[in-house]
Amino acid sequence: MPVLDGYELVTPGSLGEALADLAAHPQARPFAGGTDLMVVLEAGHLPPGRYVNLAKCAELSGVASTPDGGLTIGALTTYTEIRHAPAIAARWSMLGLAAAETGGIATQNRGTIGGNIANASPAADTPPVLLVYDASLDLVSASGTRRVPYTAFHRGYKQMDLRPGELIARVILPSRLNPSNPSNPVNPWRDYYRKVGTRRAQAISKVCFAGTLRMDGPTVADVRIALGSVAPTVIRATAAEQALRGRALDAGAVADAERALASGIAPIDDMRSTARYRSRVAVNLLREFVAAH
Amino acid sequence: MIVNSIINGRRTPLEGHPMARLLDVLRASGFTGVKEGCGEGECGACAVLVDGALVNSCLTPLAHADGASITTIEGVANQTRLHAIQESFLECGGAQCGICTPGMVLAAHALLSRHPDPTDDEVRAALAGNLCRCTGYMRIFASVFEAVRRLA
Repeated sequence: MPVLDGYELVTPGSLGEALADLAAHPQARPFAGGTDLMVVLEAGHLPPGRYVNLAKCAELSGVASTPDGGLTIGALTTYTEIRHAPAIAARWSMLGLAAAETGGIATQNRGTIGGNIANASPAADTPPVLLVYDASLDLVSASGTRRVPYTAFHRGYKQMDLRPGELIARVILPSRLNPSNPSNPVNPWRDYYRKVGTRRAQAISKVCFAGTLRMDGPTVADVRIALGSVAPTVIRATAAEQALRGRALDAGAVADAERALASGIAPIDDMRSTARYRSRVAVNLLREFVAAH
Repeated sequence: MIVNSIINGRRTPLEGHPMARLLDVLRASGFTGVKEGCGEGECGACAVLVDGALVNSCLTPLAHADGASITTIEGVANQTRLHAIQESFLECGGAQCGICTPGMVLAAHALLSRHPDPTDDEVRAALAGNLCRCTGYMRIFASVFEAVRRLA
């Protein structure tokens, strides 16, 4: 049973009150579903201090379509809600797959997408998907809202572009229609997502791979690739993308992409896997991704 | 803080630190069917239903129980008879040492209340967050399908 001297958990009645509280207490930290922070608390590693429970910030929940064909996902949207959102299943299906891979049902019922992003684990299963879907984040504080591209948000191990008093408010996903022919309602992207862990369920990733690719006849019109557990943060494999973009998916292009991917990642040996295994599997996943097209 | 919650259908105030684990507060209030296994959300032994949704009470701060309707294993049976899921676990050998059983039964309950006729994969996914070190799981899966048959 954790000792709770020195901990405060306050529950503001609205988002406005929560932001005011965070502004008045610059050291305070937000508290969402609790599925990460309560583990750290039990382990004795949670810093004492003021925590702001976001449970009554209804503005931060839910999935909504945007007029330009995109999607917004409130930061407090749970993994269960993400799994069951029809718009996500239709156009951003890897997000539903990643949500289903995140812990068991009980964790998915409480864990939130904003909390998962702010926990900043390089082994998280959803952030690679957000990277290939070209997500942005709205960050809100008492002094306003700013939008940042998700590619620029994670700056180093557990380092984020998040200022004191600022919350992740929502994730914004752009339209998946063909930018050169947006009147065509068919989603031209082909998605590939695979998490490799020790077991099929309830395992933290050794390697997680998300990719999306759009062909224009025989050549790759555009491609985005991201990985988890191979660097201090989740990363976009931009060099591997560059090796494929504008080319036919022939053996030469794939070999170039494999080399670019292998030199663009920096996996480590740890309790879950080895650097060598992770590098090998990352390349194998790239090969499976392009073979599916 | 004192939170107003409904436990197993009865209005029950719970008192404790707002960051206290719901697991500890429930056990201190006599609901000892809620078991502590790992204490870090991996094993599901402490699972309860909060507003009908399966949650791990070791990862739920008391503040999140305010105004909630909570079902523990003590609330699954009625006064005179076990629930069909519990009977099925008895019948099929789904319970051995018993530590995982409350969480298993509640996870099965959460599944069957939404999917009364689940596939094998759906049962496995629904119970993936509940670990058992005795049965090897096959008898637990058989128990869930026996409950499906009894509830049909």
